[in-house]
Amino acid sequence: MMAENGKDEAAASDGESADGSASLTVERRDSNLLRRMEICVAEAEKRSGKNAISMQETFTVYLIETRPADAAAEGRVQPPESVWRRYSEFELLRAYLILTYPFYVVPPLPEKRAEFVWHKLSADNMDPDFVERRRIGLENFLLHVASHPGLSNDKILSHFLTEENCWKEAVYETGFQDKADSRMRAFGATFRVRSPQKCFIDMKQYSEELQCHTSQLLRARARVADRVYAVYKVHGNYGRVFSEWSGVEKVMGDGLQSAGHHMDSYAASIEEILEEEEHYADQLKEYLCYAEALRAVCRKHELTQFELETASQDLISKKQQRDELATGMVRTFSFKGVTNKLFGQEAPEQREARLSMLDELIADAEDSVRAKAAECEEHVQKAWADILRFKEEKDKDLREALLNYAAIQINMCKKGIQVWSNTRESFQKM
Amino acid sequence: MIVTGLKHEPMLCTLAAPKGHPITNQLLSELFLLLTAQILPQPSDPELTNGTLVDGSSPASASSTSALLSRLQVEENSEADAAELYASTETRDLFVTVDDPKKHVSTMETYITYRVSTKTTRIEFDLPEYCVRRRYQDFDWLRVKLEETQPTNLIPPLPEKFVMKGVVDRFSEEFVETRMKALDKFLKRVADHPVLSFNPHLNAFLTAKDLNKRQGLALLTKMGESVKHVAGGYKLRARPPEFNAMGEYLDTFSQKLGTIDRIAQRILREQSEYLTELREYASVYSSWAGSEDELQRPLEGVAGCVTTCCGALEDLSENMSQDFLPVLREYVLYTETMKNVLRKRDQSQAEYEGRLEAAVLRRQEDRTPMPLEVEKCQDKMECFNADLKADWERWQCNKRQDFKQLLIGMADKNINYYEKCQTAWESLVTVLQEKQTEDKTSETN
Repeated sequence: MMAENGKDEAAASDGESADGSASLTVERRDSNLLRRMEICVAEAEKRSGKNAISMQETFTVYLIETRPADAAAEGRVQPPESVWRRYSEFELLRAYLILTYPFYVVPPLPEKRAEFVWHKLSADNMDPDFVERRRIGLENFLLHVASHPGLSNDKILSHFLTEENCWKEAVYETGFQDKADSRMRAFGATFRVRSPQKCFIDMKQYSEELQCHTSQLLRARARVADRVYAVYKVHGNYGRVFSEWSGVEKVMGDGLQSAGHHMDSYAASIEEILEEEEHYADQLKEYLCYAEALRAVCRKHELTQFELETASQDLISKKQQRDELATGMVRTFSFKGVTNKLFGQEAPEQREARLSMLDELIADAEDSVRAKAAECEEHVQKAWADILRFKEEKDKDLREALLNYAAIQINMCKKGIQVWSNTRESFQKM
Repeated sequence: MIVTGLKHEPMLCTLAAPKGHPITNQLLSELFLLLTAQILPQPSDPELTNGTLVDGSSPASASSTSALLSRLQVEENSEADAAELYASTETRDLFVTVDDPKKHVSTMETYITYRVSTKTTRIEFDLPEYCVRRRYQDFDWLRVKLEETQPTNLIPPLPEKFVMKGVVDRFSEEFVETRMKALDKFLKRVADHPVLSFNPHLNAFLTAKDLNKRQGLALLTKMGESVKHVAGGYKLRARPPEFNAMGEYLDTFSQKLGTIDRIAQRILREQSEYLTELREYASVYSSWAGSEDELQRPLEGVAGCVTTCCGALEDLSENMSQDFLPVLREYVLYTETMKNVLRKRDQSQAEYEGRLEAAVLRRQEDRTPMPLEVEKCQDKMECFNADLKADWERWQCNKRQDFKQLLIGMADKNINYYEKCQTAWESLVTVLQEKQTEDKTSETN
């Protein structure tokens, strides 16, 4: 089993697994939806309508445009197919994917509500900047899903992208909700599972740390944004006072006046800079969400493993019961044993009946164990491969995000130098 | 440009420029070139076409030009040469410096003394050089004496006399440093003043081993400058418009200074909070790095960058509070002093007008000629007016230079801050990009 001790991680990092299912992976790559289709979320629009409780509401819809990839290659200009979807439909799609493919780390959606807000940023979902960032986030979601080897072939996904009508009905028809694990079961499994794979336990630990760190970082960044905003804005006061002062100065007046203007523009410049930083924050939020998805996959492993253990235990105890019944030796405590002792053994016909019933139950239990084992094994295989794929993507994406952040900071410094140099020039003219 | 008084010691050469002509780098550098008798290439400058004494070029001396100029550049920024900026257009032959603070502990008290060094060619001084130690009390004594003996002149301000014990540490390096700079500035301004610098009390201050002060002076109140007790508003016939304008200007100016001070303080406060959050921010990156493998170096890199920016921000804030705010505050004091001189001028005008009125009335009654004292009063008032106007011009000129320097300094510090940050982030980018290309090449292998 390839993921037994995690050391196969390195070998499996380029998509091949240790036991030679390489051909499967190659096939997956070719069936990548994104290679066949261009996808983008082009626009956002406001709509009004009645919601589930018949109240008037305003919401935003997003236009998804798809075009066959080979059209561009062949030079054909083909109008794209377009579909309007709102955020809740994206949520539904994602919920479907999570439940249908519990062994995949499903890409995240942009946040439902603005979180980690610093004071200037509005928490309003209708705010055009928020809508724009959400549009980008939704596009990223679709691109990630469409390039995921496991998810991209899903029929519901294609339907979502290409046809507006009857999609919701189709999703519900799949009965995906039934696959939802009860919270209690999942929770219990974490504590009671006996031998989950160590690599999954470690990965679950890592996912929790990732969640913790990204949310800490987002909070700290929002606080920093607040502070730097204040520093810049206070400089705007210099603009006003230099202007006023220049009014009473003969020689120094011009220099002071123009310096004042530069201070005004310095104060105003922070808004654009911080808006750019929001894109960086969005990248961090993506991985905050990804961490949750990763954790869910690990917990699913705990659950499948636990169910396998439970089923195995059940089979063992049934076999034991049968043995006891057949040999008459009571090894374990049972009420039957007690009543036998008290009231005497039962009649041979009754015993036979019970034996055959037990045999049936044992057969069922064996089927159950086989099924659970298969489920568990499938999950381990697919999940581990996906986790490795996710890890690589995460490292790449986050490094890019950090580069992006550094670029924003450099830009901020350049602008600062520019403004203060201009101001200095004005002071020189005093 | 006229060069006069060349001595064998280059440091004491004097420099006079046509009236109204600012002392520029260009002029100073020209002077140095002349002194070292080098024939050096001159950049063409329309300001200096009359009276440039050098032409031709000598390649061998090009390097020494730049060496001279760079030395000049450095010296230009030192405290000693800051005095150049205050130089009026008259010749300067008296140089003073305040430095070297030392703590003195005696049974009665603990106090700081400063070294006051003087270099001069004036005949009023017996020796060309002096070196004495003075404490703040002595400076205060000097100031009071100057005010008493030269009531019509604007006396530069001293830094605040009293500091609340427990709030400010009188012996902290920062406080002593700030105070010393202010005392140095005070003394330089007095030494540059065409009238004040010849005051015998200044002479005594600069030369005497032990200042023979009257005991009573030590007990002066906080408002010891007698000037401050002059009550506002004298009844005047008509204040000449130029003095009205001065008064109005000073009101607006001191108001604006107050506002700038408040803004600067607010910025310092905000920067301090910003710094706190930045430090926390850096530590979050660091702790995240701990749980990553591939991303550990990039995350540590970002943490390092943010920390570097913290250091740069700290420097910026420190500079603002050490250099910017004290000068600003000193000008507030200076402005107050100027206002008081205006009030005293009003007083002298009121006195004259009063006597004149009385004399006119008496003349009407008994035909006595205009008494001498009325004329004396008029003379006194007119002298006062002339002195004040001259001082005003000088003050305006100094103020312009001071603020130009101050504000340019502020801009420079900010530019410096951003440059440091930019360098840090740019070097991180190269590291991160290196790693990317490294990975790409290993991927294709």
